[in-house]
Amino acid sequence: MAVCIAVIAKENYPLYIRSTPTEDELKFHYMVHTSLDVVDEKISAMGKALVDQRELYLGLLYPTEDYKVYGYVTNSKVKFVMVVDSSNTALRDNEIRSMFRKLHNSYTDVMCNPFYNPGDRIQSRAFDNMVTSMMIQVC
Amino acid sequence: MEVAAGGGCGAGPPLLLSESEQQCYSELFARCAGAASGGPGPGPPEATRVAPSTATAAAGPVADLFRASQLPPETLHQITELCGAKRVGYFGPTQFYVALKLIAAAQSGLPVRTESIKCELPLPRFVMSKSDAEIRFGNAAELHGKKIQIPYLTTEKNSLKRMDDEDKQQETQSPTMSPLASPPSSPPHYQRVSLSHGYSKLRSGTEQMQPASYEARQPIGQPEGSSSEGPGSKPLRRQASLIRSFSVERELQDNSTNYPDEPWRITEEQREYYVNQFRSLQPDPSSFISGSVAKNFFTKSKLSIPELSYIWELSDADCDGALTLPEFCAAFHLIVARKNGYPLPEGLPPTLQPEYLQAAFPKSKWECAIFDSYSESMPANQQPCDLNRMEKTSVKDMADFPVPTQDATTGDDKQALKSTINEPLPKDTSEDTATSKDCNSLKARPRSRSYSSTSIEETMKRGEDPPTPPPRPQKTHSRASSLDLNKVFQPSVPATNSGLLPPPPALPPRPCQTQSEPVSEADLHPQLNRAPSQAAESSPAKKDAPHAQPPSKPIRRKFRTENQTTESQEPAAAVGGAAPTTMVKPHPTVQKQSSKQKKAIQTAIRKNKEANAVLARLNSELQQQLKEVHQERIALENQLEQLRPVTVL
Repeated sequence: MAVCIAVIAKENYPLYIRSTPTEDELKFHYMVHTSLDVVDEKISAMGKALVDQRELYLGLLYPTEDYKVYGYVTNSKVKFVMVVDSSNTALRDNEIRSMFRKLHNSYTDVMCNPFYNPGDRIQSRAFDNMVTSMMIQVC
Repeated sequence: MEVAAGGGCGAGPPLLLSESEQQCYSELFARCAGAASGGPGPGPPEATRVAPSTATAAAGPVADLFRASQLPPETLHQITELCGAKRVGYFGPTQFYVALKLIAAAQSGLPVRTESIKCELPLPRFVMSKSDAEIRFGNAAELHGKKIQIPYLTTEKNSLKRMDDEDKQQETQSPTMSPLASPPSSPPHYQRVSLSHGYSKLRSGTEQMQPASYEARQPIGQPEGSSSEGPGSKPLRRQASLIRSFSVERELQDNSTNYPDEPWRITEEQREYYVNQFRSLQPDPSSFISGSVAKNFFTKSKLSIPELSYIWELSDADCDGALTLPEFCAAFHLIVARKNGYPLPEGLPPTLQPEYLQAAFPKSKWECAIFDSYSESMPANQQPCDLNRMEKTSVKDMADFPVPTQDATTGDDKQALKSTINEPLPKDTSEDTATSKDCNSLKARPRSRSYSSTSIEETMKRGEDPPTPPPRPQKTHSRASSLDLNKVFQPSVPATNSGLLPPPPALPPRPCQTQSEPVSEADLHPQLNRAPSQAAESSPAKKDAPHAQPPSKPIRRKFRTENQTTESQEPAAAVGGAAPTTMVKPHPTVQKQSSKQKKAIQTAIRKNKEANAVLARLNSELQQQLKEVHQERIALENQLEQLRPVTVL
């Protein structure tokens, strides 16, 4: 359902970014980049309290005419950003949450791999497959 | 079947080939033709049968083939001339067949003449596999990188030579005609090639590699595989351990012929090898190998990091960053396969799934010994286990589990770990060493990333069993062990606290009683008179006697054997005297772990003190109650006497 999915590291560089190839990918990259500011805003706003109280799911970051951007932050400040087509009105918040949860689980699986150094680009096939499954449904 | 030599170019007399010869030659020809063109892979034999007349064998592979026949070069030259290739300029099928027939003749000792081939001859013998293997490897090397292939090749040749020799001795199948003494090993080779070619199609791997591997291992019949592999692998052992597993892998690929996923099937030898490797990394076969340890180990295989990363992804089924034994076997097998040139599968093949691996080898090697030792050690040996566990607790290092080197002791340790419920630390360590089956089955359910949560249940379940029987020392738990240590070193603390006699007999009971307080109360009531020491004496005597295990027994598992022998000699009564003697033996050897012992002793001392205090309090309370009850009884009796005369009257 997502049009673009990105995993951003703590230092705000992308670990993994993928979008449906039919579109102009640069546009999505730009959207993800700008969404990082919104994510930081949300984190700092909520982050005054204890980290535990901060929810991982950030919700709708900002809507544009064609797309909606959702965000999710892990406790290690790794951000997941998802761009969803606005025309896809059937997508509910719960579904977005579950997609982020799946992303998070796959991300932890990648981390468990001792051959993966944190900070590297994510090249796990399992992760790719999972992301593809989330994106392909659009068609 | 006649192949008219004149059909192509009138190169010689008509060639009479028997069926087996026809088959053999056509396959050989196909291989040479196929190799020459770079190996189209899918069933060269079929291609051969389809259009034998149109293919030509290139000079290179043909020359290799001829050389493999082990005839002197002049003979080969003669043959080449005679068969007409030189005249014609290429090796057509006719020329090739004539040449092969001439080679057979030459090998039979007949002169190289055209007349020779008129008579019936055995099939030509080739030390084929080597040369063809080279061809195949050469092609594959381009695809997969030469560095891996070339060292493999050299070792492959060595092993092949040996195996060929042994094959010739062991070959059982024979073609219809084989009058000569030396077994005609080549026909079965090639007949089997056709079989294996069919199977090779099913494989996902590089098909060029597969025919080569088949040829390489063709002579090896299934029963012979292991025997020939043995000597063949000896020179390989010197090399990196992985290469040995490669040769094992290749040979064993040939053995299993009925399954499309056979490259992913682990055979017994491979499994044994993997288990040994696992043990070298982690002596406890039912525990995990951590990610970093595995990473270092697998990096030695010189595969690229992304590939290793992918292999890890495939094999770590529960994604916990650690490998159990089946996961490790699967990963190792994938690495071996990858080094042999098989492309990695998209998903974990069913034969490499952990459940399958556990089911396929349920009682083999790694689990059998452990479970046997479990059953043995369950009733007995809790004290030593506790001792060891205590030490481990003090060390607080999960990697120290290798300290007990024996499998039986490993089992004991697990028992001890399972039996101890009280302390969280041992629990954490025990979870790691909990049975792999339990862990795996538990881990398979949710994605539990903490070992503790899954195996605690198992640990708890097991732990419930031992403490129930009262006489067993199991109740003593760690404190018993610590007391044993105290016994050994005879610290003053427990002696003073208990006010006991010679410390050794007194010490063990204390911890027992602490943990079995309800039971001890019951004991105290009927038995107890005064000092807890007396009860302490009685209970240790009780406990020591039935088990004939001096509490000082195993401070370390290592010394369990020594202690066991000494135990058998020591009656419980002689504990005090025996303890120092037994300890003398392990002392020199224990020096390494003396610090651990000290820590264990200190913690044990602390616990003993607490236990003593609690027991003393309990005792005094019980004494009070006893007095009160006595007084009540006296009062009641008085009343009864007062009342009785009335009633009697």
